[in-house]
Amino acid sequence: MTGYISALGRATLDTLSSIGRAGLFLIQSIFCLPSREGFHLWLRQMHFVGVMSVAIVLVSGLFIGMVLALQGFTILVGFGADEALGQMVALSLVRELAPVVAALLFAGRAGSALTAEIGLMKATEQLTSMEMIGVDPLRRIVAPRLWAGFVSLPILTVLFGVVGIWGGYLVGVDWLGVYKGSYWSNMQDSVDFVDDVLNGVIKSLVFGLVVTWIAVFQGYDLVPTSEGISRATTRTVVYASLAVLGLDFVLTALMFGDLG
Amino acid sequence: MDDPIMVEVKNLHFSRGNTDIFRGVDLQIPLGKITAIMGPSGTGKTTLLKLIGGQLVPDRGQVLIDGQDVHQLSRRSLFTLRRRMGMLFQSGALFSDLDVFENVAFPLRVHTELPNAMIRDIVLMKLQAVGLRGARHLMPSELSGGMARRVALARAVALDPDLVLYDEPFVGQDPISMGVLVQLVKKVNQALGLTAVMVSHDIKETLSIADYVYIIADGQVMAHGTPQTLNVNDDAHVKQFVHGEPDGPVPFHYPAPDFFDDILAPAGQFS
Repeated sequence: MTGYISALGRATLDTLSSIGRAGLFLIQSIFCLPSREGFHLWLRQMHFVGVMSVAIVLVSGLFIGMVLALQGFTILVGFGADEALGQMVALSLVRELAPVVAALLFAGRAGSALTAEIGLMKATEQLTSMEMIGVDPLRRIVAPRLWAGFVSLPILTVLFGVVGIWGGYLVGVDWLGVYKGSYWSNMQDSVDFVDDVLNGVIKSLVFGLVVTWIAVFQGYDLVPTSEGISRATTRTVVYASLAVLGLDFVLTALMFGDLG
Repeated sequence: MDDPIMVEVKNLHFSRGNTDIFRGVDLQIPLGKITAIMGPSGTGKTTLLKLIGGQLVPDRGQVLIDGQDVHQLSRRSLFTLRRRMGMLFQSGALFSDLDVFENVAFPLRVHTELPNAMIRDIVLMKLQAVGLRGARHLMPSELSGGMARRVALARAVALDPDLVLYDEPFVGQDPISMGVLVQLVKKVNQALGLTAVMVSHDIKETLSIADYVYIIADGQVMAHGTPQTLNVNDDAHVKQFVHGEPDGPVPFHYPAPDFFDDILAPAGQFS
């Protein structure tokens, strides 16, 4: 019995200490001021975490928009409300699906890669050697990646939404015969820039920061062995996905809780 | 030791979990000399280098470099101090996304405002010194272990540091590479007038170039002196280590229950 209590205590202390380290890590790395060289490093990471995630985001966005239109049409047509298809597709994507699914894809594609990359640098003592050369890895390795994730996810989210709406148009209008004018005009009437689009972008900013923070911290804090890298990469995807889903509920409650 | 002191370790205590690694270690590293820190595997030699470099924080005690207490410095001041230090890692620890030239140029690019033409000249001079000027376009993955360590040496001295820390520079090398590295470390040190701390358990090679030697065991300094005095030291620990005797005060066997009791243990009591 004492053993279980002590194990529980140790696990609690480990978790708290890990959260504390992650908090300090974020504060130390996010305030690294951008320099001319820092800008180049950030640009390179924008390519790695942002541009290289565009393909998966576009393809996923297209299919999700198409499925949404197909499912939405089968429900709406029963009420004679198939003209509201554009409104349904756009609101679902802009408010929820684009920020959340893009963040989940980002965690799987870029987050896991960031953890593995930084973890391998740690395992091969590259981070230590950088420290011994007098260069802070938080400034040179972590900060550009953190800022790249923070900036690129909102852009990916917007791309996801745009392609999703186009996918909905292909299925709804071109295939199922919903009137083109009502698809667009219902969407224009119902989607509010501040309440819907801006809130969606704010969500994606929060997700971008959290997912990238989890990814770089897991890489930086891992046990530098092959097993350690594998576990940390898995942890990144699991923690980041759960954080995105949990935060989505909190943010949705804050943003849309009083609209009904 | 009458030479001026560059690094001073005072009453250093360090533990990992419940294991004491150091229990009151005192060292003095003289300026402009090669000081070797030797000892059996697992005695914490690399840990000591990390404590000197400020990568680990001791439980008690001080590490003074040029009078500055390494562990009392702010993060920024510590990084400033490290610009005066170079470290050669056991694995080389070259940046895998940069080629040989850029690896050596890295400290110059981040810490100086030198024009590209001058950086090129300095890098080529350092690579020439380690015999790898012709390999400047290779990536780290294309180098052998010995070549990687020579590139790492060129990078460690790129900024002409005051202090160089060598972590097991000769381990795992073939005889030719080892001979090359021994000569390189000695020549580079003499040419640049560096203070060097070398952690190693390659006795013959280390004693051939070290000016002063500390032997560490059981968390303390077991003996220290010049290579000549250690070679004739009568202490059983020192003799076992310096002459490479398989059994002695440091036992061959890891602590275990009695062998016969273990073998004859009834089924169900295996552990």
